[in-house]
Order: sequence, then C-alpha cells, then structure tokens
Amino acid sequence: MSDLQAFRQETREWLEDNCPPTMRFPISSSDDQCWGGRNATFKSEEQKQWMDRMASKGWTAPMWPTEYGGGGLDKGQAKVLKEEMSHIRARSPLDSFGIWMIGPALLEFGSEELKQQHLPKIVRGEIRWCQGYSEPGAGSDLAGLQSKGEDMGDHFIANGQKVWTSYGDKADWMFCLLRTDSEAKKQMGISLVLFDMATPGVTPKPIKLISGSSPFCETFLDNVRVEKDQVVGDVNKGWTIAKYLLTHEREMIGGFGLTDAGSDTLSQTAVKALGVEHGRMNNSLLRADVLKWEIDAAAFAVTAERVTDEVKSGQGVGATSAMLKYYGTELNKRRYELVMKINGSDAMIWDGANSHGGAAPRMWLRTKGNSIEGGTSEVQLNIIAKNILGLG
Amino acid sequence: MAMVINEEQQMLKESAQGFLAEFAPVSELRKLRDEGSEAGYNANIWRQMTDMGWAAILVPEAYGGLEFGHVGMGQIVEQTGRTLTASPLFATAIVGVSLINLAGSEEQKAELLGAIAGGELTTALAVDEKIHHAPTQISMSAVKQADNYVLNGEKRFVVDGSNANKLIVAARTSGAAGDTAGISLFLVDPSSAGVEIERTSMVDTRNAAIIRFDDVSVSTADLMGAEGEGFAALSGALDIGNAYLAAELLGIAQETFDCTLKYLKERKQFGVLIGSFQSLQHRAAHWWSEVELCKSVVLKALQSLDEGDAKSPAMVSVAKAKLCEVAELATNEAIQMHGGIGMTDEYEIGFFIKRARPAAMLFGDYSYHGDRFAQLSGY
Repeated sequence: MSDLQAFRQETREWLEDNCPPTMRFPISSSDDQCWGGRNATFKSEEQKQWMDRMASKGWTAPMWPTEYGGGGLDKGQAKVLKEEMSHIRARSPLDSFGIWMIGPALLEFGSEELKQQHLPKIVRGEIRWCQGYSEPGAGSDLAGLQSKGEDMGDHFIANGQKVWTSYGDKADWMFCLLRTDSEAKKQMGISLVLFDMATPGVTPKPIKLISGSSPFCETFLDNVRVEKDQVVGDVNKGWTIAKYLLTHEREMIGGFGLTDAGSDTLSQTAVKALGVEHGRMNNSLLRADVLKWEIDAAAFAVTAERVTDEVKSGQGVGATSAMLKYYGTELNKRRYELVMKINGSDAMIWDGANSHGGAAPRMWLRTKGNSIEGGTSEVQLNIIAKNILGLG
Repeated sequence: MAMVINEEQQMLKESAQGFLAEFAPVSELRKLRDEGSEAGYNANIWRQMTDMGWAAILVPEAYGGLEFGHVGMGQIVEQTGRTLTASPLFATAIVGVSLINLAGSEEQKAELLGAIAGGELTTALAVDEKIHHAPTQISMSAVKQADNYVLNGEKRFVVDGSNANKLIVAARTSGAAGDTAGISLFLVDPSSAGVEIERTSMVDTRNAAIIRFDDVSVSTADLMGAEGEGFAALSGALDIGNAYLAAELLGIAQETFDCTLKYLKERKQFGVLIGSFQSLQHRAAHWWSEVELCKSVVLKALQSLDEGDAKSPAMVSVAKAKLCEVAELATNEAIQMHGGIGMTDEYEIGFFIKRARPAAMLFGDYSYHGDRFAQLSGY
C-alpha cells in the first residue's frame, strides 16, 4: 500500500469515528456555518465538537505547518482529506477569514512573532478575523484609501472609516489597510496592520443588504491605537500584500461558481421542481437554460482543475485568478437566477413556514454582490486586458 | 490524470505547429479553393503527414501503428484549426481508424488499419441522412439476401465522401428509426454498382458528399461487427470524432483571438490604438476567458477517451457544445473587431468563420450535444 493509500485509510477511519452524524449533510442556510471566535455561538454541541476535533489534528488548516498548529499535509494528502470529507458529506468544520486570507498572508510575509501569536488561534477557531479594506471613497479604486495611521513612535493612531467589513460586528481582530505616508504615490504609502476589535475607538455598524441580512459592516476608526509590532511586512509596503490577499479573495469568491459536494446540482433542483417525462425535463426552455449553465459549470470546474495542475507542474501563467473570479461569480449569479425561475412562486416567499426563512430569494439577492465584492467583474476584465492581454 | 500535456505531447504539438505553418497555412486553403481542387486537399501534403506517421497515431501497435493516444493526436488537430489545414486526417486517421478499431474483425483490422497507417487508404463515414445529426434515426436499409446485403437509401454530409477509397456506411438491418438496436456497419467500395456520389463543395471549401445507394450489394464479409449491433461502436467513434472537432474549433478560437488581439494593438482610430478602448478590452477579456474554459474541456475530453472513462460521452458533449458556442463567438467577434477589413475575402478571418460553422455542425452542433449531455445527466 502506498503512503497516500495508507493516509486515506487512516483518514477515512478517523473521520468515521470523529465526524458527528449531524455534521454529515449540507448546511441549509448560512446560519449553519461555523465561524468560531471569542464570542462564538454554536448551533449545537456537535458543531463545536467537530470544529475542536478537526482543529486538534490541524485539519481546519490542513496545509499549514504543524509548528503553527496546522495539519502539515502536502498537496496530495490535503486532496485526500478533502475527498474523504466530501465522501461522507462532512461540513466544513470552520469557516474563517483567518484561514482563507490573513493566515496565508502571514505565512508569506509575517514575522515569526506574528505567526506564532496569531496562526495557532486561527487554526483552533479562537479568534475570528475581519478585513478592513474598502472605504466609502475607495471601492474599485482601492489604492485611493484615505484612513490614516499617524506615526507616534512605537505605535500608530488610526482614524477613518472602513466599509464592507465582512462580519465586522462579530469579529475579534481586523487586518486593515491604512495610509501611513500621505506624501508618497498612492500605492506606496499603505501599510497592512492588525488590531483587536475591542481596542477603544473601533466601532462596527452592520449594513442591511437587499437580502435582508447584514453580513457586512461599516467600521469607524476613531483614534485607534495600533502597535508597530502588528504591522505585516514593512511599513508603507502593504500594497504588495494587499494585492496578494486580493488574489486569494478572488480565488475564494471565484470558487462560488463550483457546486459543493453534497449539495443538489442545478439540474437536480430543476428535476425535483419540474419533473422528467420521457427522459427529458418538463419545460423545454428552462431545460435549455439549465443544460447551458451546467455545461459552463462543468467547463469552469475542469478549468479550476487545470489551473491548479498547471501551477503544480510549473506550466501555469499564474495570472488566471481574475478570470476565475470573473467567470465564477457570473456563473453563480446565473445559477441563482435560474433557481428562482425553477422554483416558481415558492421562490418568491420571503418568510413562510417551509421556506427555510426565505432562503431562496435571500441567496439569490446575495449573489448579486459576488460580482462586486473582491473587485467587480469590470475590474477583473480590466486586469485581464491589461496584465494578460497587454492592452493599454 | 493531471490536466497538463507531457513532454512528448508538447514536442508533437510544436512539430505540428512548425510543419503546418510552413506547408499548409491558410494561404494553401485559399489556393485549393481558387484552383477548384477536386479532392479539397493537397495530396502531397497528406503524403508528408502520413510519412511523419500522423495517420498511424491512433492505430494500435499490433496493427503497425504508434498508439500514441488522443491527447497527442489532439495537439496536431488543434494546430490544424489554427492553419485550417484540409486533409484526410479527420475522416480517415481519426474517425475511420477508430470505427474500424471498435467494430472491425481481426481480418478487417489487419487489412485496413495497416493500410491507413501507411497512407495507402482513405475512408469516409456515411452516417447522417437528414439535415441534422441524429445517429439513432438511421433509416437506410440493409437487407440480407444469401451472402450479401442490399443497401438502399441516402447519406449526406459525408466528409471526404467524394474521394475516399472506402466508405463505412451505417444502415439498418432491423428495427425502426429511433432504435439503437438494428444498426449495422458496412465497408462499401465507392465504385460498387448503384453507388451515386454527388460532390458538394461546402462553405469551408472542403468536400462533403451526398451519396445515394440504389440496390447496392455488399458481401457479408464486409459487415463490421455483429449484425444489428453497430451502434455502440458507431457512437464511440462519433464521440472520438467530436472530441477532435472540438480540438479543431479550439485552434480556430485561439487563432482568431491572437489575430484580433494583434490587430487591436496595431489599428489606430481617433488618433489612438483601438485596443485602448474599454468596450473592446472587455470583450477581448471575456473572449479570452471563454477560450481558457475551452482549453480545459478539450483536454479533459481527450484524456477521458484515453482513459476509457465511463463519463467520456458526457465530457465529449460538454466539450463539443462549449466549442460550438465559443468558436461562434470568436469568429463573430473577430470580424466585428477587425471592422471592414474583416469582411474582405483578401483577409484570412473569413476562412475561419467559414470553417467554424461546418465543423460545429458535423456530428452534432450545440443543440444536439446540449440535449445529449442533459439526457446523459438524467434530464
């Protein structure tokens, strides 16, 4: 038996013993996600158990080094873990901007002290992070941000306003872009800093979206003390890391175009709602839309696979995250637009006994933001045109 | 299998690129058209291709072939999409070889595959009877009489049908249109009595014959596979053919893109390069993104055929459908972004749009493969 087969066997057995039965079917709404944090509210004892057990193996961050609490797995093992988890339809044990975003940035750019301070707590789900990037005047033009960090010797004093802070009201720490040199060219005077949301002067206020939920906040910074040792990388060199993080974010959001293992595919949803006669779905026009979507989704999924394989073999162009973000989010919007049509008047129910809290229309409305957050589709097309195609 | 091509496949791709660019560029197709070539391809170039072993790539080693696989052959075909090279490569070395290999007896394989690999034999598959591809709907009849079958019916859109040495004909020995059972495959000599071949010059200047069979007598020795059980092999060969049509369309989508991108960086209007206009930048970026998806589906389809994956029919339909869509987008955008010059016969873009449509239509276009993909997926 190869090492990888042995690993698969062990993993399968461990998951069988440790994944609680209630964690083995897809989440029905975003409420079921586990985010951890100092003020974590768990929907069930099993949810917490599942997070803790996975964290004890480092498998909430499977590929991070073990010295920072990660799983220390190589790519092949991480793939096996993912496959074995989807095999039993196991839920994600911990969703986290720490794992997806600031963690990888710290591993790449952070000092040893910062890694040791922050990474293990991210793995264990003890600290929940949020991102302070966009500002009211700096959306697509992110480098135009104006929130200032004034140099006070051993610390900065931050003032300004951030917006679209994901779960800012629930997060424990923020990774935040501040202008620390207002004389320099706009990309050159930016630093990436970390601070506790409990620091005096930090005030997050939820923004209600068209979907009715408030996953984002505007966050006011009013004379907030930020320690100098909490700067990631060098002072005034934060833009490089910010771009790195945006690439990660693009890939993450681009992944929205993929269907989670265990969830119904679009055609399964459609077949349930519309029925099949003589091997073909009833409603030929919707069937045509569904199959066109599924062909594009299949093409997108194998493209994500190819891009990963090319990077692994050193053949990749590496600049494809803008394409994945653009295509994946547009695909996701199309998907939910179709789900609404497929489910007919049921999909119009905002609040009703069997509507899972109006999940259908709320999900649909939420997807409209996919092609805005993390850089709009238009910005992605600009990036492709300029950086890949060389059109000036 | 990792979704990358290996070193040998990369070398084959580069050598095909070099050969085709030098000996069979688009100007060669223009020449064939202007001269009114009867065959629709240049026999000397085909000879060079077979000398390089291209006709032997899919032939098993046991029959004197190279058995190099679909991903390898796909690299060549993708390049023929960039140069619009017309040759018997598709009808003979891909569809013919695959069908003989899937359905033929030992004797038929030994006789025919070696001849194809050596460049001595060309074939043409006669399957469609109506204006749309529908292999289950075959109604052409083959009736057994003593040691012969008697064939009656009409076939259309038979690629290389006017010049191939051997026809492979799908006809019905039992059942009715719509049944997959009852379809049989026959090797037919095109000079047989009762075979009437009408050469049709297509929009892409290639030949595709309409062939009428009037009491054509075929020996039982020329039946391929068991009587009435030809559909599985036919379907397998059509899948293989469609994966390569997708590969060719990928070459077309890429070549028109490269050519248009170059033009956007040369052409000035209002005192600036037209590539500086955001309306064109975004359309070019969208087109590029679609081509990236196309590269993935074509590679995946070819790999799934090499692996004999049970999902290969669905993957092939995804690839063909996607490429039909994107090749249409590509050729339309190419003309529009080139403006007036794109409408002239002197410029080469026109040759690409004229090849893209018949390549898409052959063996099923978007509507056929979308429907098939949905059915294979249970809806």
